[in-house]
Parts: sequence; C-alpha cells; structure tokens
Amino acid sequence: MLTEPLLSGITLGGIYALIAMGLTLQYGVARIMNLSYGESLVAACFAALWLFTAVSVNPLIGLLVIVPLAALINWLIYQVLLMPLVRRAPSRDALEVDSILATFGLLFVAQGLMFAIFGGNYFSYNFLSIPVQIFGATISASRLLALAFAVIIGLALYIGLTRTRAGTAIRAVAVDPVSALLVAIDVRATTAFAYALGGALVAAGGVLVSMFLTFNASLGVVFTMKALIVVIMGGVGNLLGCLVAGMILGLTETFVATYVDPGLTLAATYIIFILVLLLRPQGLFGARRS
Amino acid sequence: MSIRNSAFSAAMIALIVLLAFVPLVTNGYQLSLAINIMSYMVLATAWTLFSGPTRYVSLATVAFFGIGAYTVAVLGEELSWPLVLAIAFSIGFALSLIVGLSTLRLSGVYFVIFTFGLAELVRQLVTWYEVNVTRTLGRYIFIDVTHAQIYWQLLALAVIVFISGWLIQRSKLGLALRVIGDDEAVARHVGINTTLAKVVLFAFSASFMTLAGAIMAPRWTYIDPAIAFNPVVSFQVLIMALLGGVHRLYGPVFGVIPLVILFEVLLAKFPNHFSIMVGIAFLLIVYAIPRGIVGLVEGMQFSLHKAKGAKA
Repeated sequence: MLTEPLLSGITLGGIYALIAMGLTLQYGVARIMNLSYGESLVAACFAALWLFTAVSVNPLIGLLVIVPLAALINWLIYQVLLMPLVRRAPSRDALEVDSILATFGLLFVAQGLMFAIFGGNYFSYNFLSIPVQIFGATISASRLLALAFAVIIGLALYIGLTRTRAGTAIRAVAVDPVSALLVAIDVRATTAFAYALGGALVAAGGVLVSMFLTFNASLGVVFTMKALIVVIMGGVGNLLGCLVAGMILGLTETFVATYVDPGLTLAATYIIFILVLLLRPQGLFGARRS
Repeated sequence: MSIRNSAFSAAMIALIVLLAFVPLVTNGYQLSLAINIMSYMVLATAWTLFSGPTRYVSLATVAFFGIGAYTVAVLGEELSWPLVLAIAFSIGFALSLIVGLSTLRLSGVYFVIFTFGLAELVRQLVTWYEVNVTRTLGRYIFIDVTHAQIYWQLLALAVIVFISGWLIQRSKLGLALRVIGDDEAVARHVGINTTLAKVVLFAFSASFMTLAGAIMAPRWTYIDPAIAFNPVVSFQVLIMALLGGVHRLYGPVFGVIPLVILFEVLLAKFPNHFSIMVGIAFLLIVYAIPRGIVGLVEGMQFSLHKAKGAKA
C-alpha cells in the first residue's frame, strides 16, 4: 500500500533532482537566475512528443538529438542575450536583477511560441506504459526507465564535475570567478559552457518527464518554481543537496497527491519552501553566507 | 521655494480635477481605455512604491490584484461596498505580511522566487477551493456600478497611492529605503531595521494592488481563477514601470500610457501572438533603456547641463 506512492515519489524526486542540477549550474556558476528555465523543459517535452508521433523516434533516441540541441540553444542564448548583461553589470547583485528581468521576458516569448504552435491543450503520448511489478507495487515501465536515466545522467554529471579538468574549472568559477581567472581558467567560456550544460540537463529532464506526464504550454512556471525550491533547499551549487532536496520534494508531492488531494501539491511545495526559508535559508548542505 | 511648491500643488489639483471630467466627455470605448490606463497606473505606481527604492523585483502583482477581484466576487453582493473594499485591503495586507516576513529578512533573490510562483499558488488554491467546497468554477459579479464610477474610484486610489508615496519619501521610512536600495549592509550598520522597513512598504504596495483588483472586478461580470490570476498582468505592470523608470515615483506614468495603448493594439491585431510580442517589447526595454524614459531624459538633461558648464 505504501510502496506505490513511495516508488512514484522516488521516480519523481529523481527527475526533480536532475532538473534542479541544471538550474544549480546556471545559477551557481553563471550567476543567471533563469526564470525561463521551465520553458526549456516544456520545449523538450514538445520536441520529444513531436519526434515520437511525427517521425516515430523513441524518446530515448530522441535524447541524443534534443539534449545537444538544447545545449547549443542555451549556449547561444548566453552568448547573445545574457553576455551584454554580464558585461554591463557593475556587481553580482545587479546581474541577478538584470538576468531575472531578461529571462522573465524570455519566459513569455518562449511560452507564447509554444502556445502559438501547440495551443493550450494537454498532451501526452504512449511510450512503454506497461505495468511492472516491484515489491508488490505496480508502476509503469516508462517511469522506471526515466528514473534509471536520471540516475545515469546525474552520476555522469557528478563524476564529470569532480573528476575532470573541465569540471574542476566549472567548480572553481562557481566558488570565485576572479581567482579562477588568476589560475588561467577562461571564465567566460567556462560560464557559457556551464550555462549550456544546465540547459542540456533540463532538456534531458523534459524528455524523461514527457514519457509519463501530461504537459501543456503553460506548465513551465511550475517546473521553474520547483527547481528553484530544490536548489535553495539543497544549497546553491550543491549537487548532493539537489538529490536529497529533489527526493524530499518528489516524495512529499506524491504523498500529498495520494493521501490528501492532487490539487494541493503546489501548496505542499510552498509549505516546504516557507519552512526552508524560516529554518535553513542557506539550504540543507549550504554554508551560511557571510 | 514655497511659491514653487504651492504652484506645483495647484497644478496637481487642477490635473486631478481635469482627469475627473474624463468620463463626462468620452464615449464608451475611450472610457474603457481610460479605465485600463488608470488601473495600470495604480498597479505600476504601487509596484514602484516598493520595488523602486528597494530594487526587489516583485513578480506577484496579479496575485494581489486577483485576490481583490475574488473578494468582490465572493462578498460583493452580500456586504456594503466600502466594507468589501476594507476586507480586500486587509486580505492583501495579511498575505503580503506573510510573504514579506518569510522572505524579506533574506537576500532579494528569495523574495523574487517566492513572488514568482505566488500567483500560480493562489490560483491553484482558489481553484481547489471552488472545485471541492463550492463545487463551481467561476463566479458572476452583478454589482450595480457604472464605468464612470469605476474610473472615479481608480482615480481616487491613484491619488492616494501618489500621496502615500510622496509622504513615505519624505519620512524616515523613505530615507531608510533609499539607503537599503543603495547598500543594504550599510543600512543595517547605521541601525536601520531593514526587514521592518521593507515588510511595511511591501504590505502597503500589495494592498493597493488588491484594492485595484477589487475596484476592477465589476467590469468583468464573470471571473474564474484563470481570468483573475492571469500572469500576463504581473508582466505588463513590470514592463510599464520599467519603461517609465522606477527610481522616481511618477516614472511609471510615462510607461503606462503608451504601453496600455500599444497592448490594446497588439491584442486586437495579434491575439495569438500577444505574449511573444509583449516579451520582445520587454526585452527591448531591459536592454535598450534600463533606467526607463525618466532616466533617459534625466541623463540627457545632465549631459546638457555638463556641456553648458564646460562652455562657461
């Protein structure tokens, strides 16, 4: 009885963690508070849907197309749209305000584009929605597959960031962009790369989500909100924090939806957010900012 | 100085009286445009009241506006109108206190995030309540009020917002807020209770938005959560304030008038691409005129002044 919401909570939490990892890269490294983040996710959902229904490409193969494309688009957005703001910002706080405004505008452009193309209806497609039995609970195969892919991608990211030169450079820029410059790290290129990587992760999250969730053009805001809350709860820039916080959020939502009311999941998310703000604003794993 | 001040006051009073005559000389369409302008004037000025000096970007305008509208939808036919307005004001005030107290003692980004999702949260909660408790989604508002009366109420509210803003700027609170906007750490070190100052101001700004929603509600006759909590409203208010310039209280006026008219035209000509157009307009403003029209004009005056000084 309890295993069913537990399992779907874990799958949802895994996806949230993956999505939040992308945002923590964009915010923690590139210092861009990206309010159009959820729109990238929804766009990836639509791309996967289109590939599956129009060209009958399986979404897992679709990942191979959509993820690099998303990375490229995000890289371009950073270089063309956000770079002028980075250049003109006198301080990190000023950049934060400017990036909030710019990405807020981007949100409406992206949402409007998707509305114009797909309309306001809800979409879903049938991919591997075969019931699977685990520990006496029934769960669809697509959900399990999504979780497995989220784990693989998350692990790859973790290893990439901690074990490679490029990953170390990204972490260095996150800690201190000025000092990173002193040890011959190309900060501008690294930030752009981190931003693109963040976009790639959220696109991967979008493709995985589209395999088991219904979605529509205006769903982005909710995903941005959840990703932001996970990032803050985990501590900005902390990948392990993303994982734990994502799980907490996924499980809470599933339990609220199962035992209380599905219409109150966002309210539950907000209650968690308020608790974090009141009790531990620096995040579960974050150090107190001086 | 005092002559200049009284001349200014006289001009303002004359302007208000002149504006009060608008419903008597306009036709239905023009009046409805005037109501739109006046409504956004209140919203954008109330937004600037808080976000201008503190530089905390609030994205929750429509959350408060929609709450005002819903208060009227629920209570409008049962209670007397002033009482309904008072209740709307109190609800807006209470909610903004909750938002303010949980976020404004932290850095600005928490506030932005909280307000970013607030309208969606309130929308979902109202939807949930209507579906599960009242079992109807959508309400009719039958209140006997003419468009001219709506306009006059908005005008009165706009005057109140401007006067409060002016009084706040001259008060200790206004000084505190300017210090916070310049450097929050300095503000704390000189002994300003920064959290209190921000929360109080945010609560007033949000309550004015709630009142605007309440006054505008009878115009709709039918509302549901999707109409009352349409996120585009928050977005439009933000654009108008930024285009006008947020470092002066009167700045948004210069953004509201052209943009209400522009949006009216865009909505009529491109109903399906409206949000794309608004988004692009917004990006242009953020990139090209970050300090707004008022900032642009002041910058030009400043360089003119400097050029004169150099000659002499």
